Amino acid sequence: MMGNTVAKKAGFRLFLFSVPLLIAVFVFAYLPLYGWSYAFFDYHAGMNLKDTEFVGLKFFKSMVDNPISRSEILRVLSNTFGMSFLNILVSPLPAIFALFLMEIRSKHLRNLVQTLTTLPNFVSWVIVYSIAWSMFSVEDGFMNHFLLSAGLINTPINFLASSNHVWLTMLMYSQWKTIGWTAIMYIAAITSIDTEQYEAARVDGANRFQCMWHITVPGMLPTYFVLLLLSIANFLNTGMEQYYMFSNPMNKNSIEVLDLYVYNMGMVGQNISYSTAVGVLKSFVSITLLFFANGMSKVIRKESIL
Amino acid sequence: MKKRNVKSVSFNVINTLVFLIITFMCVFPFYYIFINTISNNKLSSSGKILFYPRQIHFNNYAEVLKLRGIGLAALISALRTILGTSLTLLGSSFLGYAFSKPEYWKRKLWYRFVIISMYFSAGLIPWFVTMRAIGMYDNFLAYILPSMISPFYVILFKTYVEQMSPSLEESVQIDGGGYAVRFFNIILPLSTPILATIAVFSCAGQWNAFLDTLFLVKSQKLFTLQYILYQYLNQANALAALMRTSQTSNANIAALNLLTPTSVRMTISFVVVLPILFVYPFLQRYFVKGIMIGAIKG
Repeated sequence: MMGNTVAKKAGFRLFLFSVPLLIAVFVFAYLPLYGWSYAFFDYHAGMNLKDTEFVGLKFFKSMVDNPISRSEILRVLSNTFGMSFLNILVSPLPAIFALFLMEIRSKHLRNLVQTLTTLPNFVSWVIVYSIAWSMFSVEDGFMNHFLLSAGLINTPINFLASSNHVWLTMLMYSQWKTIGWTAIMYIAAITSIDTEQYEAARVDGANRFQCMWHITVPGMLPTYFVLLLLSIANFLNTGMEQYYMFSNPMNKNSIEVLDLYVYNMGMVGQNISYSTAVGVLKSFVSITLLFFANGMSKVIRKESIL
Repeated sequence: MKKRNVKSVSFNVINTLVFLIITFMCVFPFYYIFINTISNNKLSSSGKILFYPRQIHFNNYAEVLKLRGIGLAALISALRTILGTSLTLLGSSFLGYAFSKPEYWKRKLWYRFVIISMYFSAGLIPWFVTMRAIGMYDNFLAYILPSMISPFYVILFKTYVEQMSPSLEESVQIDGGGYAVRFFNIILPLSTPILATIAVFSCAGQWNAFLDTLFLVKSQKLFTLQYILYQYLNQANALAALMRTSQTSNANIAALNLLTPTSVRMTISFVVVLPILFVYPFLQRYFVKGIMIGAIKG
């Protein structure tokens, strides 16, 4: 009883120590929720919120009622869905990468490949953009210079300004950046597979490819499943950095994802209330997706991902 | 048996070859940028430098560092990396430690309070409006304060402390040391592996950050290297004008290797990426350790 109260007091003291940190979490993560109120007022930059007119759900309705915003919303949603879907479609690639990498016999070569292919994950999107420029632009691009000097083309190709295949190009850049890094998680899964399984399979006469298919692949499945659920939960959260870097007047229509649209409308276009309303809706859909993915995980893996 | 071996060997050859090509694709762009920054600028801007450098010189680096804003931006980037990482280390590890104590007041509630913030965001505009209202607009603190508590690092540290033997801490508890004494004297020195992992992640994040400058910073004196590079990549005209002024004043030294838009873009890019290239091979194991713990937790 005595010890209990002492521990309780100590626990409260520990809580007091951490209060400044909890306040920081509150201010940067929770306080912005107050800003949702802007979605319900006709707010313009420079005004006080209390001087503005309460308009209820006007901005939410205008996303559907106003034909211009409706087509805009549909456009950015299809961009977001399209690119997120492509990302999910190629999600087995890092697993395949890991599967085949582990088949390289030399440990040194394996480590070298792993180190060098994870490097792109640690450079910023500005650098990726700069690299894309250095590789593909008309002025500096390696590709154009190489093809020209090899006599394969006569005029440089403007890869970067092209509005064709924007979704695919974006997919290629993000795969280039992340594939080696994501593969590490699968490599962790592969190395934790019990080696006795392989030995037993060898004794039973299984060849190398049968071992890969019947032991390694199932060993990676749980990891694949978790990552798949997380990418479903983040279906709308594409972020805007990559798309902001690569967007130009030529490709804007097919590169503008929801996050970038909110930025363009709210911070560039100063439609504060409207873009807040779009953001609020997005938050709700994201939370729903998260709970959905978590529910799936609980049913299938008997474990939550949160 | 023989047939199987042929199959296996040819698989090995093709497999290795494919991975060498992938690795080449990951590394070559950095190499290409580098050889262009040290080659004769006339040759590099006319696309003559493809696989190896020619007429090597290091003028570009000297010239680029003289461009307006670059030195200050490098300082800002370095400062935010050092200060931001220190704050993150201190804040996130202390909170992780506190949450590892069962006696923490309403532990479950407060732990959830922190973790939920990882999955939920109010959205860009409400966040921006709030940041402006609390004085974070055009303020250096906006680079280092919001990242102080990262739920992911809190989890990492909490997990690490929970795996330690409690008897280590008890020795000081008996001597009457408080939580702060125990945290700084026992927990922190014993947690260097996880601290290193968090530090490495945080440094990379701070050095590479771009959007916070775009959203919150207006004055040039707070621009980071990433942001300046982005501007240089996009404003070819402004760039040319700027270079003309810098060239006339330095005409005597730069007679042979005048800055060109190509050389400026590539040299700044390489300056920006150099710290990463330099430390990455040595710290890669910490990154890997971090993602492994994250994978198990996630």
